[in-house]
Amino acid sequence: MIELTGGSRAGSVSAPPTRWDYFADRAFRGAARGAAWLIVLLLAFLLYSIGAKAWVGMRTHGVGFLIGSTWDVGRQQFGILPHIWGTLYSSLLALTIGGFFGVVMAIFLTQDFLPPRLAQVFRVIVELLAAIPSVVYGLWGLFVVVPAMRPIADALHAHFGFIPLFGSTLSGPGMAPAALVLAIMILPTVAAVSQDALRLVPYKVKEAAYGLGTTRWEAILKVMLPAASTGIFGALVLGFGRALGETMALAMLIGNSNQISLSLFSPGNTLAALLALNFPEAGAREVQVLMFAALVLLSITLIVNVIGDLIMARSARRAGARA
Amino acid sequence: MVRRVLGCVAVVALALVGPSQAVSQDSVRLTGSGATFPFPLYSAWFKSFSTKQKGVTVDYQGKGSGAGIQDLINRTVDFAASDAAMTDEEMARVPGGVQLLPMTGGEIVLAYNLPGNPKGLKLPRDVYAGIFLGQITKWSDPKLKAANPGVALPDQDITVVRRADASGTTFVFTSHLSAISEGWKMGPGAGTTVSWPKSDKFVASPKNDGVTATIKQTPGAIGYIEYSFAKFAKVEMALLQNRAGQYVAAGGEGGPAALGSVQLPANLRAWVSDPEGPKAYPIATYTWMLFYRENKDPKKAAALRALVEYCLSEGQRSSTAMGYVPLPDNVVGAVRKASASIQ
Repeated sequence: MIELTGGSRAGSVSAPPTRWDYFADRAFRGAARGAAWLIVLLLAFLLYSIGAKAWVGMRTHGVGFLIGSTWDVGRQQFGILPHIWGTLYSSLLALTIGGFFGVVMAIFLTQDFLPPRLAQVFRVIVELLAAIPSVVYGLWGLFVVVPAMRPIADALHAHFGFIPLFGSTLSGPGMAPAALVLAIMILPTVAAVSQDALRLVPYKVKEAAYGLGTTRWEAILKVMLPAASTGIFGALVLGFGRALGETMALAMLIGNSNQISLSLFSPGNTLAALLALNFPEAGAREVQVLMFAALVLLSITLIVNVIGDLIMARSARRAGARA
Repeated sequence: MVRRVLGCVAVVALALVGPSQAVSQDSVRLTGSGATFPFPLYSAWFKSFSTKQKGVTVDYQGKGSGAGIQDLINRTVDFAASDAAMTDEEMARVPGGVQLLPMTGGEIVLAYNLPGNPKGLKLPRDVYAGIFLGQITKWSDPKLKAANPGVALPDQDITVVRRADASGTTFVFTSHLSAISEGWKMGPGAGTTVSWPKSDKFVASPKNDGVTATIKQTPGAIGYIEYSFAKFAKVEMALLQNRAGQYVAAGGEGGPAALGSVQLPANLRAWVSDPEGPKAYPIATYTWMLFYRENKDPKKAAALRALVEYCLSEGQRSSTAMGYVPLPDNVVGAVRKASASIQ
């Protein structure tokens, strides 16, 4: 505290705080508290303003909006079940792929597999992935991933077509290329936060594990990963949240077709893509239902984050109890 | 630190205030927003108009027809542009009235991607309606083969690529399909977004560029895009059968013939949903600029009239090269006459 406010006066460490110090201290605390409350207020205001605009749409369409699957402006029929399904399905697929590779990458970069300098180079490259704009990912997906995936998809469908996952042929944009590109997009988030979590585990823990006679893999899988599990889980939740809200790349790759299909090669749709693509030309009536859809997307992300927080808090408590 | 921040703020504020004050004294700045389809043409027109007409600058933002209409109603722009003109209901919301002026025309083509790049695929009316209804699903369909003797059509699924965003292009295309196919009229109907057949072989992409890219990347794809985009992207375009039974290619005499086939009413709003005449290209449309009849500033009104005059005279000459359809001569006369009501 003294360092914060009274650093300019020489030898102030030994002097008692002056009235000015008290004042600055209190002002800083007040400002910090105010800023924290502002965030809560902002969220409340966001919910309120979107909710107010969505209210008419909610009253006229009600629950049918959540379980319908037709989006027809001409006939004023609106339903977003395919969008909800597509949002969750694509994000879960992306999380499975991106989460696996992200955590593996974090282990590779933190557990002394590489000389520190080389590890730093890898880290920077992974983080660079986060700086690529969404549109570029979308174009890359369209021009590189889709053509590359087509022969594999055709072969899978021809030989394993009886499995629902491969139940249709890839006609260009679809769930699989979208999920793959999405996985690459969430990879930097997952990798960076997992690395932090793994690095936070004290080195002593690992030394102790070695001391007990574990091999390197046993130490990583049975000691390091469980010790860092809370942080890694947090990384996965963050990645999932990012995947849920991703818009432009998905709008270009998912095919924007209002259907619910388990097949990886079928086109689908997501809430974020629906919003981005329909707002510019929307009439007054349509804006209400789009706001309703926005509210649903916001609720899904909030619920996912809250569940993530709860699980993290629980596992942290359990870890504390064990220790 | 604080002083430096204040200094920066002051500099920025000066930069913002300075020129705009200078501008308001002896020059006019016109802002417009709306349709994206004529955006390349409009921005070329406005750029050369701004250099020729001293003291007038024109800014145009391609936001989409719906957004342009909203901006006009909210009075945040000096003019707007729309592929869907304006409905009577929307026009009633502008006090003083709106003048609709058709400025150029466009054609919508069916672009396709087939192995071996066969050129000049012929599509009869019932066939392309059937394809977009999801009833004709194979390139080897007997109806397609009958219309294209000598073309090697593969035994491949047809992948239909459509617009994912709400758009004037979709409106024009679906209006045409509604006019030629009873099944389409009863089913999806006409609109800026419609409910398309649910199928794995119907995919959607955002904007004209997205649809074009997807068609180019997908063997066996067909989709509807604006001719100007297809022209520059060098995709294959089908010859479409018109009302008279002739197969017509886009980009030639077909566009002006189609636009000329309809008589414009007094409000200059007309749809060319199924043009008559043996030369007419079947899917064509006007696109409009929207002006206030009562502008608060007489100098602005004069600048707007000068802008219209430029677009009607010199502008029309560059439209063909950029992939748009120039207005027929009688329409140019009617628009010039109507532009006098911009006051």
